[in-house]
Amino acid sequence: MQRRDFLATCGIAGCAAVLTGCAPQTPSLPPGELGGSDSGLGHRLRQTDFPPPTETIDIPVLIVGAGVAGLSAAWRFCRETLPARPRFLVLELENKPGGNARYGENAISRYPLGAHYLPLPNREARAVRALLAELGILGGDPETETPEYDERYLCHPLHERLYRLGFWQEGIVPRLGVPLVELAQQERFFARMAQWRDARDAASRRAFALPMAYSSDAPEWTELDRLSMRDWMAREGFDAPSLHWYVNYVCRDDYGTDYRQVSAWAGIHYFACRAGKGSAFGAKTDDGVLTAPEGNGWLVDGLHKLITNACLPDEGWLRTGQAVYALRQNAVGCEVDVWNEASQTSLRVHAGHVIWAAPLFLLPHLASGLPDGLAETISTITYAPWLVANLTLDAPLPEPGAGAGIAWDNVLQDSRALGYVVATHQDIRLASGPTVLTYYYALSEYPPAAARQMLLDMPYEGWAEIILKDLSHAHGALRNRVTHLDIFRYGHAMARPLPGFRDEMRRMRLTAGWGKVRFAHADVSGFSLFEEANYHGVRVAEEILAAHGHLRTRLI
Amino acid sequence: MQHALLVSVFVIASCGLAYELVAAALASYLLGDSITQFSTVIGAYLFAMGLGSWLSRHIDGDLVRRFVQIELAVGVLGGFAPMGLFLAFASQTGPFRVLLYFAVLVVGVLVGLEIPLVMRILKREVRFKDLVSRVLAVDYLGALAVSLLFPILLAPYLGMMRTGLLFGVLNAGVALYALRLFGHRRLTGLYGMAIVCIGLLLGGFAVAGKVSDIAESWLYADTIIHAESSPYQRIVVTRWRDDVRLFLNQNLQFSSQDEYRYHEALVHPGLAALPHARKILVLGGGDGLAVREILRYPQVESITLVDLDPAMTRLFSSAPLLKRLNGDALNDARVTIINDDAARWLEKHVGGFDFVVADFPDPSNFALGKLYSTGFYRLLKRHLAPGGRVVVQSTSPYYARRAFWIIVTTLEAAGLKTAPYHALVPSFGEWGYVLAGEDVPEMPISYPEGLRFLTIENTPDLFRFPADMSRVPAEPNRLNDQGLVRTFEEEWKKAVH
Repeated sequence: MQRRDFLATCGIAGCAAVLTGCAPQTPSLPPGELGGSDSGLGHRLRQTDFPPPTETIDIPVLIVGAGVAGLSAAWRFCRETLPARPRFLVLELENKPGGNARYGENAISRYPLGAHYLPLPNREARAVRALLAELGILGGDPETETPEYDERYLCHPLHERLYRLGFWQEGIVPRLGVPLVELAQQERFFARMAQWRDARDAASRRAFALPMAYSSDAPEWTELDRLSMRDWMAREGFDAPSLHWYVNYVCRDDYGTDYRQVSAWAGIHYFACRAGKGSAFGAKTDDGVLTAPEGNGWLVDGLHKLITNACLPDEGWLRTGQAVYALRQNAVGCEVDVWNEASQTSLRVHAGHVIWAAPLFLLPHLASGLPDGLAETISTITYAPWLVANLTLDAPLPEPGAGAGIAWDNVLQDSRALGYVVATHQDIRLASGPTVLTYYYALSEYPPAAARQMLLDMPYEGWAEIILKDLSHAHGALRNRVTHLDIFRYGHAMARPLPGFRDEMRRMRLTAGWGKVRFAHADVSGFSLFEEANYHGVRVAEEILAAHGHLRTRLI
Repeated sequence: MQHALLVSVFVIASCGLAYELVAAALASYLLGDSITQFSTVIGAYLFAMGLGSWLSRHIDGDLVRRFVQIELAVGVLGGFAPMGLFLAFASQTGPFRVLLYFAVLVVGVLVGLEIPLVMRILKREVRFKDLVSRVLAVDYLGALAVSLLFPILLAPYLGMMRTGLLFGVLNAGVALYALRLFGHRRLTGLYGMAIVCIGLLLGGFAVAGKVSDIAESWLYADTIIHAESSPYQRIVVTRWRDDVRLFLNQNLQFSSQDEYRYHEALVHPGLAALPHARKILVLGGGDGLAVREILRYPQVESITLVDLDPAMTRLFSSAPLLKRLNGDALNDARVTIINDDAARWLEKHVGGFDFVVADFPDPSNFALGKLYSTGFYRLLKRHLAPGGRVVVQSTSPYYARRAFWIIVTTLEAAGLKTAPYHALVPSFGEWGYVLAGEDVPEMPISYPEGLRFLTIENTPDLFRFPADMSRVPAEPNRLNDQGLVRTFEEEWKKAVH
């Protein structure tokens, strides 16, 4: 295992060195853009030389961040009718809402720029189910064990495949050519996870619930937060290399973090929280997730539509390209200063409540009077950098290898990246192209700061070459069919769930928020999942409704 | 000397693993079910190596001479094995599995002899402790090298035949090298043999491309008159006397001897009952044979043919022999050819058709299965004019009975009324179709002139299903589970074996 990792590391590091070191003698690259979260405007926040505000507005609730958390809070308000529904304004730093669930579009298809699926929600994820019901994707009673979903959004077969030993096998758990003893160990591992999926404590709370706030705090499970996933596997006698590869893949894929660093509680949570799935080993899980060409973008559009329909046409509830650069609290509420990049002016907002639905690491830079304890808790959160690339193909995907046909999620085992999803997978198409492939790479093998530096420093040519080379192992002449290759970088893509992330003190502090400023971002949970962002958005919205005596029914 | 032999160990270890991987890969390529093939081939190979090691105690005399002979034998047998197996498979001579495991056993035994012999040769100069550690270390290193090279370079770029031959040359090269190293006079005869072996293998390398063409021609019983690979499929047209056949990805699409039965049954029971049908849509069917039947109706004003593959429609609108078959239908003024994915075109297109022919390949994979799903039929329904009908070719209700009734159930789940029927097409067997529309399709009362198969009197028989093809309960084929594809595969697997 270690040796293979080492060889792989040498391989890609070597190729990166060659690329940056000398003039590449390689075939020409497809055109494309190097973009990403607006780090320019983001870094501008670290300066303090903004001009004084020229306009002042008053609003009962200000929501900062139009990602899933912010939009979910606004959507929860919109489930109430006036006058129970408070007036609110949502500010977004980027020029489009969506956060990690943003998407792009070209002549061939829509495609994700980040998160690309939502597992079928558990019963306890009531807010997510209510949202899906409102969007018409979930039919019937949203509280039943197995609701009906719209077949167009359920992931079609083939769900996933793995390129291994020169062949594509169905499923991502390595099986092809894996010794029997390892297969037996895999089975034991998945049986253990299935046991935990059904486990409940004395108060009948699930051991691993999603949203995680519903999880049991019994020490037999919370103690798993004290060690890393890898150490837990070692402790339990799981040593099969194929299983280690797979578990590490899952941790990199879901948390952008190597399993040597991920909290075992978080690692197990991935396997044990999703009750929608069958027994993971051997069972078909083709219907286990909801997806669309634009990844989770349809959920963002859906939230946006539901909010717009509920608001008055002249309300203008969303403003994009807005950078909050100062935040203060006083006796009556909050004072928030906002820089508008387009008009080069500043705005002051007096808000009764602030819902902070942006990454928490920004707060200490711009909030005055943030308590030390809170600042310290926030400083313990570290973030994984990610790269997402979209490759546009004008023809079917070349597949010289044998084995399973193209799937929705396609993973190459001997790659440091996470593989790719196919945007047109949910379409009714005979040919595997034209299409758009969305390629994911969490730079989890370096410490976050170094990885972030590498992510931002590497030129377009360097990344494009690495990506094409990686995919060409399985797809031969892919390069000739790629007409466009766009690279999207997230310097701070998601909070990393390291051991201790589930600490009681930490959770209490973040859930309590800071007076009139409530925290709704998935950072409060410590991992970046749609369900968590949605939960905290809805939670703080209901807290505010309750504070004004307007909360009639609860989703949380 | 010692290092030279260790280099040889590295090479022969690589060769040993290469033969094993090639055999396993070839078996899963030709027979499918890669997990079974990989595991049984690798198991048999390892067992044979063990057998070889055990047998090595019986080899005495001039060990160097024996080693060279074994190297040459491994080189030639291992090198040519993939080519031989491929030819055997294509020509269908003898039971392929028996040949496969025989080849695996023979090569495995020979490979198993190599390392024990090398160790005995080296034993004279090296202490046993060092000998074992070095030889085995280098052995595993060679295996590692090939296991990495095989998926990355060899399989995709050289292919199985050439990979086998390449390692054959390496084995023979080791033999030659050993001869030079030991330089015995007594061994001069072997020199010549080694050169001959290398020559043979290189010759094989040169003709590998041709051999694979020949093997392909054996897969088709008749003379290939046209073969091309489009980005979507392999198109092959064969001819024997006056029987012309079309194969797509090796699956028979029609035989000119009886295709009139298939296409008359596809088009007329539906279209002859629609005297006012003006606008017709054909999905798939780039061979133009269904269009030929539709052109028999003078009231038809336009036929839109949507076929994904431009190579197909080009071939069938330009090759004289094939134009004779479809009556030059694709060049008729009423026909518009569109090369696009059927569903994508339907999503973009606005407007209804009086009659739609869905003539897609059988649902043998998930991409094709989607064209037989509730999602697709709902899309199709939106393109039916009032009173319009659709006919769906629906695989064999005899060989794939459940699959056939799944298609019927799926059309019904999409909100259509159905009239399933069947016809005997000798080169396919008993074949199935489903007529569907907003209301129950009626029978025709007359057919156009010149049909060779259908008569009004016999038509009711087509809609009656004998006991062994009668309706079975089924779940509709939804986009997200595609039970049809799995059922279809299971049923045809049983039918073929």
